Amino acid sequence: MSVSNEAASPAGPSHFRAIVRNPYSVLPNWVYPAFVAVALSAFAVYSIWVVFLNNGGRYGPYLSPFYSPEITLRLGDFLIPPALWVAWAPLAFRGTCYYYRKAYFRSFFWHPRSCAVPEPRNRPGSYRGETGFWALNNLHRYALYAITVQMAFLWYDVAAQFLYRGSFHVGLGSLLMLVNVVCLSGYTFGCHALRHLAGGSQDCFSCNRARFALWKGVTVLNVRHDRWAWVSLFTVVLTDVYIRLLMLGVLPHGTWA
Amino acid sequence: MTVSISPLKLSVFRGEADRGEMVAYSVPVREGMVVLDAVLWAQANLAPDLAVRWNCKAAKCGSCAAEVNGFPRLLCKSPVDDYAGEISVRPMAAFPLIRDLVTDVSWNYEVNKRIPEFTPPEADQHDPEPWRMQQVDVDRVIEFRKCIECFLCQDVCHVLRNHGRTDAYFGPRFMVRMASLEMHPKDGLDRRPLLKGDAGVGFCNITKCCQEVCPEHIHITDNAIIPLKERTADAYFDPIRALTRRLGRRSAG
Amino acid sequence: MDTAYETVETDVLVIGAGGAGLRGAIAAAESGCRVTVICKSLLGKAHTVMAEGGMAAALGNVAGQDSWEAHFADTMKGGKLLNNWRMAEIHAQEAPDRVLELERWGAVFDRTHSGLIHQRPFGAHTYPRLAHIGDRTGLELIRTLQDRLVHRQNVDVHMEVTVARLFASAGRIVGALAYRRADGGLLLYRARAVLLATGGAGRIYRVTSNSWECTGDGTALAYEVGAELQDCEMVQFHPTGMVWPAGVRGILVTEGVRGEGGVLRNKDGERFMERYDPERMELSSRDVVARAINSEVVAGRGTDHGGAYLDISHKSPDYIRRKLPSMYEQFLKLARVDITKGPMEVAPTIHYYMGGVRVDPETGATRVGGLFAAGEVTSGLHGANRLGGNSLTDLLVFGKRVGEAAAAHALQHGKAGAPRSPEVAEAIACLLGPLQRPEGESPYRLQAELQDLCSKYAPIIRDKPGLEEGLSRVADLAERSRTVGTGGPTGRVFNPGWHTAQDLRNMLVNAEALFRSALARKESRGAHTRSDYPNPDPSLATLNYVVSEGTEGMTVQGIGAEPIPDGLVSIINRSYEKYTPEETE
Repeated sequence: MSVSNEAASPAGPSHFRAIVRNPYSVLPNWVYPAFVAVALSAFAVYSIWVVFLNNGGRYGPYLSPFYSPEITLRLGDFLIPPALWVAWAPLAFRGTCYYYRKAYFRSFFWHPRSCAVPEPRNRPGSYRGETGFWALNNLHRYALYAITVQMAFLWYDVAAQFLYRGSFHVGLGSLLMLVNVVCLSGYTFGCHALRHLAGGSQDCFSCNRARFALWKGVTVLNVRHDRWAWVSLFTVVLTDVYIRLLMLGVLPHGTWA
Repeated sequence: MTVSISPLKLSVFRGEADRGEMVAYSVPVREGMVVLDAVLWAQANLAPDLAVRWNCKAAKCGSCAAEVNGFPRLLCKSPVDDYAGEISVRPMAAFPLIRDLVTDVSWNYEVNKRIPEFTPPEADQHDPEPWRMQQVDVDRVIEFRKCIECFLCQDVCHVLRNHGRTDAYFGPRFMVRMASLEMHPKDGLDRRPLLKGDAGVGFCNITKCCQEVCPEHIHITDNAIIPLKERTADAYFDPIRALTRRLGRRSAG
Repeated sequence: MDTAYETVETDVLVIGAGGAGLRGAIAAAESGCRVTVICKSLLGKAHTVMAEGGMAAALGNVAGQDSWEAHFADTMKGGKLLNNWRMAEIHAQEAPDRVLELERWGAVFDRTHSGLIHQRPFGAHTYPRLAHIGDRTGLELIRTLQDRLVHRQNVDVHMEVTVARLFASAGRIVGALAYRRADGGLLLYRARAVLLATGGAGRIYRVTSNSWECTGDGTALAYEVGAELQDCEMVQFHPTGMVWPAGVRGILVTEGVRGEGGVLRNKDGERFMERYDPERMELSSRDVVARAINSEVVAGRGTDHGGAYLDISHKSPDYIRRKLPSMYEQFLKLARVDITKGPMEVAPTIHYYMGGVRVDPETGATRVGGLFAAGEVTSGLHGANRLGGNSLTDLLVFGKRVGEAAAAHALQHGKAGAPRSPEVAEAIACLLGPLQRPEGESPYRLQAELQDLCSKYAPIIRDKPGLEEGLSRVADLAERSRTVGTGGPTGRVFNPGWHTAQDLRNMLVNAEALFRSALARKESRGAHTRSDYPNPDPSLATLNYVVSEGTEGMTVQGIGAEPIPDGLVSIINRSYEKYTPEETE
């Protein structure tokens, strides 16, 4: 997704004759911000619909990631949308994520939309980066703490559905939930803030080998943090869509009933 | 020497601070030629006063930074046959122009003076034995020390290039510099107040152009700036840490 | 013509900001002097950044039996005993301290398992001795010194300023005339001591690993102000430079390739080093390997582009990419050759000037009062052939010593003298001359002709007719250079045509010194090989050819060196325990 120089550097001598117009990407420089803007907007619209216009995400053994953990609370007759108890955490985590910051600053604010291109002229000196309102992004680690708790629920959900009503069960939904939680873990545990907490804050790696090992582990995931971020966004939607289609009766139900 | 059938169309920015234009030169192509070769051929044969900075022509000194077809690159590391058709070469846009392809990069050297130098703690300073450090401890710093100071990252950084905030932000090169000091196992200084203050690490919004142009492939954003942001967050933005610090101080006092 | 100039007064003027200049400037500043450093390029771009392999010092971290004596003996033997023995002794003794000091200033070296500075083996060093950081040790050295320097008190750095003339009065140095590239402004420096650290003159050759700046400015400036030069015939050809494509010819291929097991073959596939040095093979000393490749090419067994094949592809691709990352990238990017799959084409390339300004071994003082020199611009330490890794420690050891000596001189000698105004006026007229000759000959053309003639008439294997022809052509070029122009426009703002005209002057002095010294040395020794005198002549073993300015122009005379003391002779002749690696680091 990112406009990286790997995309343009030829892999070996045989590729050298390939003509590269743009040394950093073969794509025109509006493609990346446009893609990000469209994808993130679509996701936002879908999420709002799920959170505010739906009241549940369970179908048999399956539970949509938007509804984990399941919390039902009523104010009189009014059911507080159960997904509200859940959605704030991923919103905070992705909103302050070091990858998504790049994505939205480039796509929605055009700061900058691509490298070495003119930017829309703001008032001189109006650009403040992450020093004003956006200094809140420095609290990314707290969003990580919250999302880590949620990850435990998501893993529990996957385990639980395999043992639905006391016997082993597997279906397409099981696979989707498993893939989703793996991708979400790949994204969550490659977090830059976690990398810092795991061992990056240390100057002497050899002084604490356990933390160094942890840091190396996070680094493996962190290198592709952008890919994990996108893939996990799609698996969340895919899992939810599948379960929702089952709930709506659009797809035939499985063998557990 | 093989001479290709059609010569290269090279257009180079010519001019001084207040005026300038692109001038086209026709340059014979030799196999393996890089853009710097083409510029130097034009200089020796067509435009003797064509100003360009270069030293080693082996991508080791970082002098020949310029913008080739709009992208910040080292001229000596840009083979001409990576490009189709005309090649345009312009000076770095983030710095004041001196002449043609040469810009005034002296601001960078002034910034470097404002970063406190490597300072080991007293005990290490006076340790009569040779220092011992493990390879894993120095590997992280070694990445930052690969920097050849071409200033392409400074050139492409929109905070400096588009917003002109040289007053507020030291730029990616000096984030890398500060990372190399802060993460040095034997450095005893805390540069986080500087990072939050004059160095302006908060002005970086992690849009990663610096990392994309680095000819030494330093992971400027992921390995230097973000860890520095996290360290700054430890000191200034983490409420629980602030609380425990305050309690710790109270119980100590 | 605007002949106005700014005057800058300082205690110690350091000309050159490579390793020696920076180390010297730090030493002078820490001795309490005001120091002004002039660099021809931007700070930190000096040719030192290109050093790859490492810096030689007998730390004994990998081979515990290493000692300064062993390092001294290797240096002397490598230099065919033409070295100044006192310099070699000081160098071997002080190098370890300078390397450790650099680490205390923030330099980061690769480590051994026990956490000490790692040392790698290199050609003609008995023990693994080169402290290094990957294959970019020079960059580490420059960056560390650069940061140390800019944080010292009383130091000014003037970037992109070129010195055109040194002034002496009554046998003492008083100042220098220089110009700023950015605006063409003139500067008159008045200094109590001047430290020359301008490096070598590799650019007088066409095919060279040297950077743009290496035009021998310091040797020419020192010569013109009355100092002596020495051993100017000793020019090191590095055996392995890139050959093809033409655009990259001369770029260095590190000795590390052979250190890691690379083999040399001719076009018939024969591993020809068997015929030249069956014992050390590819890891023979640089002069031997360079001559071997040259002989293969002359005999018609060279590659299509006039070189030899250097092949490391028998090692695993992972190993090559880990051990030789910059070589892998360099060949892939610039030559489209994947060195994990096929051979590199290499040929000798000009690499280092063993000769240069003749100095006092202890202090780096020249015979002009207050003029000091350190680093590649000097002669003596390396004799007739330099060992890999010795130049970086040369910069540190002598940079420090000479910086301190220059500071001591400045502090002893009150106020800086003033250059005589007619001399200054004459120097300015000469400097601005090319700008007044828009129709003058192109400096680029003259420079190219000079490079071609040095490559042709002072190659690896030299002879009398060739050298004489070369000398007479240098004289012709010198004559033509009197009326050189800028090649075109005559603005003073960053006009490279004008700058090239200045460099040309210095290059011509260096070329003349090279040809005259090479004619004088009627033997083959180290880097200097004469086909008409193919063997070493024992009677010339301790004779240095010294160049100085006489009334009739340049003169060369042989001057006997001080004999090596018996104690040091026995150190050289001692047999050193052979090193066998116990474990792989």
